[in-house]
Amino acid sequence: MKTADSGVVGRGVVRADGPAKVTGAALYVDDLRPDGCWYGATVRARSAYARVANIRFAVGFDATGIALVTAKDIPGENIVELMTADQPALADGLVKHTAEAIALVAADTRERALEAARNVVFDETPIEPLFDPEIARGHATRLFGEDNVFSHIVLRHGDAGALFDAPPQGAIVVEGVYRTGLQEQLYIEPQGMLAEPRSDGGLTITGSMQCPFYIVDALKTVLGHDRFNVVQAATGGGFGGKEEYPSLVAIHACLLALKTGRPIKLVYRRDEDLWATTKRHPMRARYRSVVDTASGKLLAQTADILFDGGAYNTLSPVVNSRGVIHAFGPYVCEHTRAEALMVATNTPPNGAFRGFGAPQVQWAAERHMDRIARALGMDPVAIRRVNLYRDGDVTPTGQTLHDVGAQQVLEAALERAQQPLPESLARVRPGGGGSAARLVPGRGVALAWHGCGFTGNGEARLMGKADVALEGEDVVIYISSTDIGQGTETIFPQIVAETLGYPLSRVSNAPHDTAQVPDSGPTVASRTAMVVGRVAQRAAQALDALLTAEVGPSGTFAERVARRTSTAPLRAHAEYQDAGLQWDPKTYQGDAYPTFGWCAVVVDLDVDLDTGEVLYRRLVQATDVGRALNPVLCSGQLEGGALQALGYATSEEVVLDAQGGMRNNRLTNYIIPTALDAPEMETVLIEIPFADGPFGAKGIGEIPHDVPHAAVAQAIEAATGAVLDRLPMVPERVMKAMSDAAGGSAR
Amino acid sequence: MILRFQVNAQPAEVDVLPMKRLLDTLREDLRLTGTKEGCGEGECGACTVLIDGRAVNSCLVPTLQVEGAQVTTVEGLASGDAMHAVQQAFLAHGGAQCGICTPGFLVAAAELLERDAHPSRLAVREALAGNLCRCTGYQKIVDAVANALGHEGA
Amino acid sequence: MSVLLSHAAVLDPRDLGEALAMRAAHPDAVPLAGGTEVMVHLEAGMIDPQRFLNLWRVDALRGISGKPDGGLRIGALSTHRDLVLSADVARVAPALAEAARTVGAVQIQNRGTLGGNIINASPAADTLPVLLALDAVFEVQGATHGARRFAAADFFVGYRKLALAPDDLLVAVHLPPRHAADHTHFRKVGTRLAQAISKVMLGVRVRVEGGVVTDARVAFGSVGPTPLRARSVEAALLGRPVDPGTADLASQDVTPLDDIRSTAEYRRTVCVSTLRAFLASIAPA
Repeated sequence: MKTADSGVVGRGVVRADGPAKVTGAALYVDDLRPDGCWYGATVRARSAYARVANIRFAVGFDATGIALVTAKDIPGENIVELMTADQPALADGLVKHTAEAIALVAADTRERALEAARNVVFDETPIEPLFDPEIARGHATRLFGEDNVFSHIVLRHGDAGALFDAPPQGAIVVEGVYRTGLQEQLYIEPQGMLAEPRSDGGLTITGSMQCPFYIVDALKTVLGHDRFNVVQAATGGGFGGKEEYPSLVAIHACLLALKTGRPIKLVYRRDEDLWATTKRHPMRARYRSVVDTASGKLLAQTADILFDGGAYNTLSPVVNSRGVIHAFGPYVCEHTRAEALMVATNTPPNGAFRGFGAPQVQWAAERHMDRIARALGMDPVAIRRVNLYRDGDVTPTGQTLHDVGAQQVLEAALERAQQPLPESLARVRPGGGGSAARLVPGRGVALAWHGCGFTGNGEARLMGKADVALEGEDVVIYISSTDIGQGTETIFPQIVAETLGYPLSRVSNAPHDTAQVPDSGPTVASRTAMVVGRVAQRAAQALDALLTAEVGPSGTFAERVARRTSTAPLRAHAEYQDAGLQWDPKTYQGDAYPTFGWCAVVVDLDVDLDTGEVLYRRLVQATDVGRALNPVLCSGQLEGGALQALGYATSEEVVLDAQGGMRNNRLTNYIIPTALDAPEMETVLIEIPFADGPFGAKGIGEIPHDVPHAAVAQAIEAATGAVLDRLPMVPERVMKAMSDAAGGSAR
Repeated sequence: MILRFQVNAQPAEVDVLPMKRLLDTLREDLRLTGTKEGCGEGECGACTVLIDGRAVNSCLVPTLQVEGAQVTTVEGLASGDAMHAVQQAFLAHGGAQCGICTPGFLVAAAELLERDAHPSRLAVREALAGNLCRCTGYQKIVDAVANALGHEGA
Repeated sequence: MSVLLSHAAVLDPRDLGEALAMRAAHPDAVPLAGGTEVMVHLEAGMIDPQRFLNLWRVDALRGISGKPDGGLRIGALSTHRDLVLSADVARVAPALAEAARTVGAVQIQNRGTLGGNIINASPAADTLPVLLALDAVFEVQGATHGARRFAAADFFVGYRKLALAPDDLLVAVHLPPRHAADHTHFRKVGTRLAQAISKVMLGVRVRVEGGVVTDARVAFGSVGPTPLRARSVEAALLGRPVDPGTADLASQDVTPLDDIRSTAEYRRTVCVSTLRAFLASIAPA
């Protein structure tokens, strides 16, 4: 079938949506303004836990022309459909977290809608809330189920208990506690949806999203019918923050559209988005290891992990799952026990964010490795080399690893890091103290592994679908996978063009409209290129077969297209093929993932001894990507993820108010890196092809966020002796840790 | 209030409240939606436009204050069909991912490049420090802007 | 949460005389210069005035010029960018240009004005510690009191409170000539390297003649209700060779708070450490 190697895979072709984005022509949901469009706003509770009643407009407020929607207006079920039926679309009498939506308003202008929302009042009777997951677990106050536990997973491998009970000669036990905080995805485009009544009485929902079919499922439940279609607009970033949350925004926009009979645009203000939407799950973990002092080999390990899920289940059990599977990082150990608890609290539900549990547990694993190195007097890189996975090693789920890129990425990163450092701005930056600044350099190295695709039989359950069609002389790819910046609009045409041997200029994705595209599964879990890309590739091969059946096999795809006498479109369909992974969800044993990504990070930085500021100098990452379908887009993803991890490391802190909500809910006060804060980055793409990925590609979207923060901690330790085991390592904590390290003096 | 000014070298006339944000006047009254709102508080730079050649956050400018001035938005960077060098550089270097921050960056970069055709990478970072990006890690944005008009500066 | 659209009226004077007359007639009208603070406060719902007084057209408030004594006169509407790019400021007050360069980022610097920074009088205003250190003088005009001058050290009388009458307008800032024996320094410790509100700021001028300090100004920002002079440090420095140990005294001159960005303890520690680092850099070996 494929004859000509068009050579388009592996090239950094210009992104398909690039011209629209650089000219300002790309249309995001807030750029759309249908005739007669009204604007929605959300009324939110303040209390963390309360009974609410008597929702009404404030006395004296002129509510002429304002629509008001409460739970009573929901035609179907008042549930946000996801994994469990515990989260209401609008709180009905009981609020379980601050910022929870209890009512909606719509008006003809945004100003009027916001004013109306400010003037909705209600009676709140507070109940004593639970904020600490350790206290919430098993507490008499029932937030979820019998014991407030969304998920409890134990993963055993070998017999760690025996080794802890009786450590062998020459072994020591090392123990540490590690913590991570909330982190906000901070997509630069806030959440937004537009719901428009259709002429057939249905609705079209257009908006900022990662997963159109999640929204379909959610709307079916709330509306009680399926007369609607969901369309992805250009989406200004997601990172997981637009995986599940948009379903709620879409529900709200639809309810207002039903109430008013008008198109409704519901776009969040930034302060609202920060306050109300999902964040990365905070984690507390205790790790213990039995280590052979002579060799540095890990003999046994345990990890007790506690995540805070917030008030509702959402996707938290899956975060718990990924956390427990990745708990020990890319290091082999024959005897392990990882136990992870995901607990409910009266805080806004936490949700998907790039890495999905892995950045938290690998923070712990890497810091623990550094603690072990310190205890043994070993170099932190040397001890990692001793324990790094190799081909044939078995993971805690009993999976035998093949094509392990761990050693290779480590050597590649270290080699690239030998290049001289770029010029530092530390001494020339305005306000930095110039030659008076006292800076000490440090380097940190960290390693990550990341399972690609859904865990275990997840892909087999999803059965992701793709169609590829010939329409005239154009080849159109029908998938629900959305481009949220990572380049889906570009790499899918590259895959299909190369598979067919057809010019790239003739291949494109259809708009992601659920009326037109099959369900490829969600755009998450580092699965889009690897899993859906492969399905699209097989659909292309099926299209090729259909064409051959029509006009015979000879010639290139283009020549056969030219031979057609029919103008009817040809459309081929493919579904995920079960790769035969053996996985037991009850015992957590088997093949957790079809393959793993591998990544090594080297961070060079300076610490300012007088202020505790961390000034990044350079970040080198070497990542096994299987095959870089588009090296520019691929390295772009790795660079972006790494910088998010640096923000996670030293500046992104969510400060809570008395109701457990985000107090610093303004961009002035939630600190992500600027171009001046960001280091120069070098990205080495290692290609160890994955046989079941399109052209060998494996998933890469999340791995760059898994460990740079740990490398930073090691670098700070190398520079100053300060040991930090808790994120974020803001200057206040660095100063304290330096002072502790120096025995009370920061000098 | 009737206000007259130039937008992308064309005369514009609007009838708006004087304190209406320039961002809203551009997006709503002039239907130029290329300029984006990311935060409404002058932190993210997604709303960056040029006023008389100077990059500003249009979410912080009352429309009254651009009376008689030259406003340039992302839509005005190209000359007819010819993209501005920095737009081409963004395409070539992969400077745009989700694209929501891109218009703001391009406009801010346009001011820089007008003043310094071969900026150093540090000069680029400082000039673009008022534009937040969450997708790219800034690396390819700096590549694009430093190289837009030829080789990188020292 | 946020307010989107102000229906306020805007007084729009064309020259200084008109501006002063309007200010006198409507002292409640909020002065509006570059808008980088006012518009943020409006958007956040912190203010909702009936009227604004737009100063943007009053060209008499612009311009940076050298004075016969070698000092500078900086019009109140000079933007931070004007300060950064000015050869005069670079020559006479490089620490002020450095401070201006740390205000927000380019977009804020292109609109934010020196006058606005002074009048808003945030304890975290970036230019104020340097203005204190350089003994800046503020030129004010108003219908009631006519033309007056204030020493910067006398101008900030309380949290966001100025020694001004309700009908006064800040017209210009005067800086004395630079003295050859002066070492000046500006340091800003913020939440990040740009677009940052400061946690601690330092503006210092130390004159060393014949090996001893003959004049010293040590000013801090973000560690009290106003920008402030560390008088204990200044007194201890005088008459001796530069002694980095005097930095410890700063601890008693500052009253930092815990807030959403940082802690009192950190601020106090960093006041001392950054001052010590500077003094060490100019101390005899």
